[in-house]
Amino acid sequence: MSVVPQEESTATVETKMVPIYVMGKRYEVPATLTIMKAIEYAGYKYIRGCGCRGGVCGACSTVYRKPGDYKIYTGLACQTVVEPEMYLTQIPFYPANRATYDFAELTGTPDEINRLYPELFRCVACNACTKVCPMDVQVMDYIAALKRGDIKAAAEISFDCIQCGLCASRCMGELPQYHIAQLARRLNGAYLTPKAEHLKTMCANIEAGRYDKGLAELKGMDLQALRKTYQEREMEPATAGEDWTPQDRSYL
Amino acid sequence: MKIAYYPGCTLKTKGKSLETSALACMTALGIEFEELVRWNCCGAVYSLADDDLIHVVAPVRDLVRVQQAGHDKVITLCSMCYNTLARANELMRTDEEKRKTINDFMDEEPDYTGGVEVLHFLDFLRDEVGWDRVKEKVTRPLAGLKVAPYYGCTLLRPKEIAIDRVDKPEVMHDFLQALGAEAVDFPGAIQCCGAYQVLGNPEAALKVSHDILSDATAHGAEALALTCPLCDYNMSKRQDKMLQQYEGAKEVPIYYFTQLMAIAMGIPIEECHFELNRESSVQLLKAKNLVAG
Repeated sequence: MSVVPQEESTATVETKMVPIYVMGKRYEVPATLTIMKAIEYAGYKYIRGCGCRGGVCGACSTVYRKPGDYKIYTGLACQTVVEPEMYLTQIPFYPANRATYDFAELTGTPDEINRLYPELFRCVACNACTKVCPMDVQVMDYIAALKRGDIKAAAEISFDCIQCGLCASRCMGELPQYHIAQLARRLNGAYLTPKAEHLKTMCANIEAGRYDKGLAELKGMDLQALRKTYQEREMEPATAGEDWTPQDRSYL
Repeated sequence: MKIAYYPGCTLKTKGKSLETSALACMTALGIEFEELVRWNCCGAVYSLADDDLIHVVAPVRDLVRVQQAGHDKVITLCSMCYNTLARANELMRTDEEKRKTINDFMDEEPDYTGGVEVLHFLDFLRDEVGWDRVKEKVTRPLAGLKVAPYYGCTLLRPKEIAIDRVDKPEVMHDFLQALGAEAVDFPGAIQCCGAYQVLGNPEAALKVSHDILSDATAHGAEALALTCPLCDYNMSKRQDKMLQQYEGAKEVPIYYFTQLMAIAMGIPIEECHFELNRESSVQLLKAKNLVAG
């Protein structure tokens, strides 16, 4: 690394470089970069396979191996820092059939999932899906739950899924796990979870005009009055108990 | 210490009457049990191909889960699950080379060497509870009910995992007698119901199921008790087809063995989920004054 002459600077910054292999080709990249930035540093430009850059969209799955290690490693390129000598490739998309259904006609029974995704029963519990999941979702466990008709458990276990599709890429039973889990979460949310009855009451109150007066008052204020009202508003203390109520109870 | 319980997938859906009735009986008997928190489908059938190890992974993983939960025994209710788990266990105990292959493949789990004992509820009742204790809990003996005990294949074959003598089993006979019923032994008790042939060759499966039921009634049985959701499917759910197709075929009420146990122990009838049985099943119990009519 180059060192700037002493008299021109008070600090030296050394950038440690490490070799990585992108689709088999060697590149020297700064050791502190994420895989995504390292690939860009190496000269590639993303036009797809790169979404939120924040670890939630599931577009930038990376599969990699390390020298002398038979294990397959995965990560999200935007979240995973490079490692020396890693061999990697991006899997931005993996084909997996998604069943077509009219959601309004479903009722949330196990048989509906079995009919839409009969391949569910091809699972042999090899666990490759769980091992490859970059979000550490227990994929095989939610598939096991669905085989026994437990849609609720499947919805809960699969909650962190970001639909990257790596599970489907490794499945010897050719299941599209992440699509099946999405159906399970939809059914659970729509049909198996108790309805929030208080929401109905609240909507009725709003429609009956209960808050119209307050809203009209706020709309009528100038900026200064609005700011003052906001700053002086009564807030629920952080340590308030279950029985806390505001002084002004006119909207309760 | 609580004993581990492995339900199996079918017992959570189409065969739930087997589970609900059995668990109510276990509670009545004072057996402390806990369902495994993590379990997967056992595979439902043990692969007959000697080198088809991938299909042994699922049952072995379940046995690993039993150990991880701190147990060395597991009770099953479905005889298919019993068979699959017990045979996988036997393989892991006896075949060093295949054990290594499977453990190497499942490298994310602790190595398994066959340390769990796989039990069926029937041999658990016989060996660890005892018929005397069962009899003590019987409040409504099934007096006058002539029931044929039906084993099928999976509790008795192969002999390495059989819960009783392969050629002349007695456990279910003794079980029914303990409940106060009259056990009607018949040669068809150890014949195959047709099993998964119902998919590829449904006529052949119907024929063997019909032969078994005819054999049972010919020996004087008025009902049949079984342990397996697939046998139940072939002999109960497909019985209407038999009645249409075979001249002289008689209606035969079919019960899970645990449903009869629940009735004999005075457990509320709702736990039996008789809505999943043939209508004749409840009718017979009513005729014998064993349930309120």
